[in-house]
Amino acid sequence: MAVIKYIEAIVSAMREEMRRDDNVFVLGEDVGVRGGVLNTTKGLYQEFGEMRVMDTPLAESGIVGVAVGAAMYGLRPIAEMQFADFVFPATNQIISEAARVRYRSNNDWQCPLVVRLPYGATGGGALYHSQCPESVFVGTPGLKIVAPSTPYDAKGLLKAAIRDNDPVLYFEHKKCYLSQTGEVPDGDYIVPIGKADVKREGTDITVITYGLTVHYALQAAEELHKEEGISAHILDLRTLQPLDKGAILESAARTGKILIVHEDNKTGGVGGEVAAIIAEELLFELDAPIMRLCPPDVPAVGMNPPMEKFFLLNKDKIKDEMRKLALY
Amino acid sequence: MRVTKAAGTEVTVPHLAESLVSATIGKWMKKPGDYVEQYEVLCELITEKVNAEMPSPVEGVLKEILAEEGETVEVGGVICIIEEPGSATEATGQAVQHEASSAYRRGFEAADGDSSMRHRYSPAVQHLANEYRLDLTQIAGTGMGGRITRKDVREFIEGRQQRRPPAVDPQQADHQASPGREPADRQSPVRREEPQRRKEPLTTEKVPVRSTGLHLSETPRMPLIEVEPMQDTGRGEYFIDVTPIRNTIATRMRQSVTEIPHAWMMIEVDVTNLVLLRNKLKDEFRKQEGINLTYLAFMLKAVVNAIKDYPILNSVWAVDKIIVKKDINISLAVGTEDSVITPVIKKADRMNIAGLAREVDELSRRARTGKLKLDEVLGGTITVNNTGSFGSILSYPIINYPQAANLSFESIVKRPVVINDMIAVRSMVNICLSLDHRILDGLICGRFLQRLKENLEAFGPDTQLY
Repeated sequence: MAVIKYIEAIVSAMREEMRRDDNVFVLGEDVGVRGGVLNTTKGLYQEFGEMRVMDTPLAESGIVGVAVGAAMYGLRPIAEMQFADFVFPATNQIISEAARVRYRSNNDWQCPLVVRLPYGATGGGALYHSQCPESVFVGTPGLKIVAPSTPYDAKGLLKAAIRDNDPVLYFEHKKCYLSQTGEVPDGDYIVPIGKADVKREGTDITVITYGLTVHYALQAAEELHKEEGISAHILDLRTLQPLDKGAILESAARTGKILIVHEDNKTGGVGGEVAAIIAEELLFELDAPIMRLCPPDVPAVGMNPPMEKFFLLNKDKIKDEMRKLALY
Repeated sequence: MRVTKAAGTEVTVPHLAESLVSATIGKWMKKPGDYVEQYEVLCELITEKVNAEMPSPVEGVLKEILAEEGETVEVGGVICIIEEPGSATEATGQAVQHEASSAYRRGFEAADGDSSMRHRYSPAVQHLANEYRLDLTQIAGTGMGGRITRKDVREFIEGRQQRRPPAVDPQQADHQASPGREPADRQSPVRREEPQRRKEPLTTEKVPVRSTGLHLSETPRMPLIEVEPMQDTGRGEYFIDVTPIRNTIATRMRQSVTEIPHAWMMIEVDVTNLVLLRNKLKDEFRKQEGINLTYLAFMLKAVVNAIKDYPILNSVWAVDKIIVKKDINISLAVGTEDSVITPVIKKADRMNIAGLAREVDELSRRARTGKLKLDEVLGGTITVNNTGSFGSILSYPIINYPQAANLSFESIVKRPVVINDMIAVRSMVNICLSLDHRILDGLICGRFLQRLKENLEAFGPDTQLY
């Protein structure tokens, strides 16, 4: 098995799917000759040409609008938002059109569209290059939303998203691009949408998370185990809509002490939904209040380093919270 | 890298570009002991996006290089230390005060003696206590404020935790125990009424998942048809579960009739000469080959020859084109008691009548005993039904998707036929053809059937089997 980076997993998933299926094409700002501002479409233009790797004007509503139309016509577009922060002009196309095509046509039409959303803070990006807009879409039935944390999941989920006949929002954390490497099988494989993954087994506390914070939680868990003997069970949601209810309940019931962590703001985030599911179904397994650790409810990451540090999660913040829960 | 923390200013890898998390050290321009001005280049930094020169943030003496050439350092990681002029070389050595909170799990008594949470029980603890009839006062709490955690209770149940000296009168503790029990058992706060439950490890206990209420995260429910066997509806009906093969047949048939616009034709053929021929040869053939010489073999030969004249019958609809297949692979519909399967006679155009007869015998035998291999049912280009074998004289076959046509041969029956204004007794057979009207029209099919009729009527005393 090859050891590759998260970003390489994304490029190779697109390349393999484009080779496999002529209907797959990529569109977005600077995705062509430039290979994407974050290098996520590097080499695709050279291999597939301008008809399948399309540079678009700076208009997200147009990118997704075109993609919705193409998808309904039978093609399989992958629309790239240069940064997830810029998705808001396209929310109308995503929520009012893509998400409803199947429902409003009584199953006659479908919209096999993938919107790739590089999200999250890498440091120094401030407002327009750091946000986590997933909670805006999580409440919209008809969309599938995935947020992989490892190269294996990134490749498998992107392939699954491309082959899926419904619109999928694919949230890729920018800080994972180069920081995460991992083993990825050489052959074709998919990671099914809607399945969470236990990234670490444990008995004292359960941490439910997704995206970059999975790795912070894993590091924290490792240290807590070595230093203080606390055994943490870590569930990576991977899919945010539909949530893997079975896996959430199973992991929560393991320990009865649950900490939910994500980089998106606390209020209205996915964590609230996860907490509600647990509260609804697992009262008699709960041994502590369900806890959430998320950035504060300020509009976005601050530019200056102290504010950025205050806002963003890191291994130590998560470790403190995990210890607090274990001691409860 | 941060192993030694010498005095001076730490030079760290700057955040050079968005999404960058690390940089590789290229060539060091300075070596330890060198004096560097502010903004003077210390070394090269190589990243996947940009290559940059690392300027010195301060003026001073380069004291120590912490990252060698070729080493990859995370953003924020220290690469070297520069001692600024005038700064005292005091060893900072601030030992990271590690708060050894190994108080965790040491038990509530070992903690700060706080027992404010001693009698506050979580739902999980209460639930377990009730389920196993436990006296919680006998369990030591390791949680915050002396709280009894779920883990404490579980360990207690598994007998791993040491029993706390009873704080209450033991008689009161087991007041719920049934009166007839022996004293030893009565002392135990764990009732032994549920041995099965206690045998399995508690950690892997199956999670009770309530299924009421349709939640947002649920995928819409599919109606699950569960049929109970032999359920009497009072109307003399009974149910048969849909087997996987039945389901496959149903799916294929529905796909065929919904996607293919079917049309239907029939022609009647005088096979008197063929009947005479077969009657003459069949015993000899049986002796030689060990198998029956059926009419089907002759009919297949006639079909193959007709297709050679009208190859369009051997084709597939591919939306923007029609694919005309070169090999004539005949799917043979073979019925079994509860299903129908279509093994394929591959390259039937290269076989003579005897070869076809052998193939038909072999494939139908294997089909009926369920011994067909996967490749023996794939690749058919046209289907032939031998409906005559069960006495049918007319049928309207559904096309075997994605083929273009399906032929059925009906029973050979003796009928009065008018020949040259005279009535003769002839052996007649109906041949029915279902066609994909997207590919085929009446004219071409009419011609094809006409050719088939000619081929069949041409069989006679001189026909060679080999």
